[in-house]
Amino acid sequence: MSVGPAPSGDPILTVEELHVSFATEEGVVQAVDGVSLELQPGEVLAVVGESGSGKSVTAMTVMGLTRSPNARFEGTAHYKGTELIDAPEDQLRQIRGAEIAMIFQDPMTSLNPVMKIGDQIVEQIQEHEALPDQQARERAIELLEKVGIPRARERIDNYPFEFSGGMRQRVMIALALSCNPSVLIADEPTTALDVTIQAQILLRMRELRDETGAGIILVTHDLGVVADIADRIAVMYAGRIVEHGTLDEIFYDPQHPYTWGLLGSIARVDRPRPERLPAIAGLPPSLSDRPSGCHFRPRCPHEFAKCVEVPPLESRLEGNREHRDRCWLTAEQKKQLREVRPGEIGLAAKSTGADAA
Amino acid sequence: MGRFIVRRLIQMTFVLFAVSIMTFLIFNVIPNGDPAERMAGRQPREAQIEAIRKEWGFDDNIFVQYFTTMKKVFTGDLVSYFTQLPVGEEIVKGLPRTLSLAIGAAILWMFVAICFGLYSAVKAGKFADRFLTIIALIGISMPVFWIGALMNHYLGYKLGWFPNGGYVEFTEDPIDWAYHLILPWTALAILFIGFYSRVLRSNVLDTINEDFVRTARAKGLGERQIMIRHVLRNSMIPIVTLWGLDFGAVVGGGAILTETVFDLQGVGQYAAEAVGQLDVPPVLATTMFAAFFIVLLNAIVDILYAYLDPRIRLQ
Repeated sequence: MSVGPAPSGDPILTVEELHVSFATEEGVVQAVDGVSLELQPGEVLAVVGESGSGKSVTAMTVMGLTRSPNARFEGTAHYKGTELIDAPEDQLRQIRGAEIAMIFQDPMTSLNPVMKIGDQIVEQIQEHEALPDQQARERAIELLEKVGIPRARERIDNYPFEFSGGMRQRVMIALALSCNPSVLIADEPTTALDVTIQAQILLRMRELRDETGAGIILVTHDLGVVADIADRIAVMYAGRIVEHGTLDEIFYDPQHPYTWGLLGSIARVDRPRPERLPAIAGLPPSLSDRPSGCHFRPRCPHEFAKCVEVPPLESRLEGNREHRDRCWLTAEQKKQLREVRPGEIGLAAKSTGADAA
Repeated sequence: MGRFIVRRLIQMTFVLFAVSIMTFLIFNVIPNGDPAERMAGRQPREAQIEAIRKEWGFDDNIFVQYFTTMKKVFTGDLVSYFTQLPVGEEIVKGLPRTLSLAIGAAILWMFVAICFGLYSAVKAGKFADRFLTIIALIGISMPVFWIGALMNHYLGYKLGWFPNGGYVEFTEDPIDWAYHLILPWTALAILFIGFYSRVLRSNVLDTINEDFVRTARAKGLGERQIMIRHVLRNSMIPIVTLWGLDFGAVVGGGAILTETVFDLQGVGQYAAEAVGQLDVPPVLATTMFAAFFIVLLNAIVDILYAYLDPRIRLQ
């Protein structure tokens, strides 16, 4: 298990009270609702949540990739003293790719299909550094070797369609690392890949983190991926962070019922197999029409009167300031409720009128 | 790549073969009556008809007839019985004129359409986009003989800014050549500019939302570089296909109206006059000529396509 750096160091990236909303035909979609994050150098911070929880939007907003006439932003994102949210496009361009780089979910469509992969990497290097063609090309070959592409010197002149999905994602990683960024944002980097390839890619990313000391924000819906690589975890639900803690805290002492549900629905080989993998009942709310109070309320079996008020994200455990959650239940109640079977964390089934009938 | 080209050229031969059979059937077999009589022109003498019948082998069976006809077409052995001029020479004389018109117009329309289409897409929904949309619709709606005649009358005849039709050999005086062709180029290009800029605009708007464009943005590239290297290159693929096909079509007969309006004396005008007189040998030859250019440009487009889109090559 990886050990996180001391949380007291100077963060390299700080997001504070970020709100992002989009005006759409169906009304205003509040994609991100008051998210605060800190990333230390050399640390892997995982942002976990279902589709539509606002995790990708948070990541892309930091890069300024969600800017559009329909988008509204509030809050701040500081990178080494630069404010990113309202930075002019020119200033942001110098940071993008060079200081903060991004890996996207679908390697099949994220590379330009009609450009050789080498040219795509060289293009990025030369955008940020005045390097002659030959040197930039050599650096691209080195990068491809570093991410584990065999015969990189020949493969550099191939087109994306000549690579498999896993190899393309390695190309994407090489691209992201080409200017030695201090922050790497990986948005579901392994979702589109086979499980065996997933493991290789994650291992690569961890090695590269160790070599370069870059901070990594890993956006994913897969807690299995997180267990391999993350130091800290932020669990997001419907645009808010509902729980935040270290890897061990989230896995062994989860405080929010949603986190219990996520943990309970992981397929595990070290436990007796249940007849059916438990799932969290219901669907995440529409971001244009979210329930008042705790957003998880309609799906939560432990809902009670207090839940109509929005629970603040704060530490509810004695003596642990860093482990924060948004659930009104007391720590004692949580300990009891989350054990669905002895020693096993999960979310109990929600009893609805339909079940009773 | 070499195999791809060879295969494409073999296909091309087959298509031309099929076209030649169709042409032969349409002109020599399907119409009622004596083909020799039709070919001989108005009020022919009996001996003349007999001579033509013998020369073209109209008494032989249909396969021999086809063979004789094609031999005459491809050896340039055709003579118009109206003008008594050899058809092959007339086509060779008209070809540089038609090509001058078509090549110049194709370059013009492609260039302007890229500028308009890209600008329109970048400004999508704004005033400039709407304005260019209207301009494009007007361009598409104006028939070439009408806009050509207007240009000729006002810019050529009334204002005297441009020559009133006619053609000067490029080898004689390149500047005068271009000067004579400015109006025909423009008249012919207007329709295509309207059409192509609309197609390009929608292609660009589709491509802009592709994941790889987001990647380009995440790399920190400037907007201009993103548009040209990533968006435009991918949006151009369908346009280039259209371009080749339309160019072939223009050389193969699409320029008939423009050539006639500006009296360029190209192959199109020659074909139009032959059709007007029901002069079969030149019609036969120009039809085959048109088919040849359209099929040739089709093949070139396929080869070019493989260059533009590397994914095609393996297939």
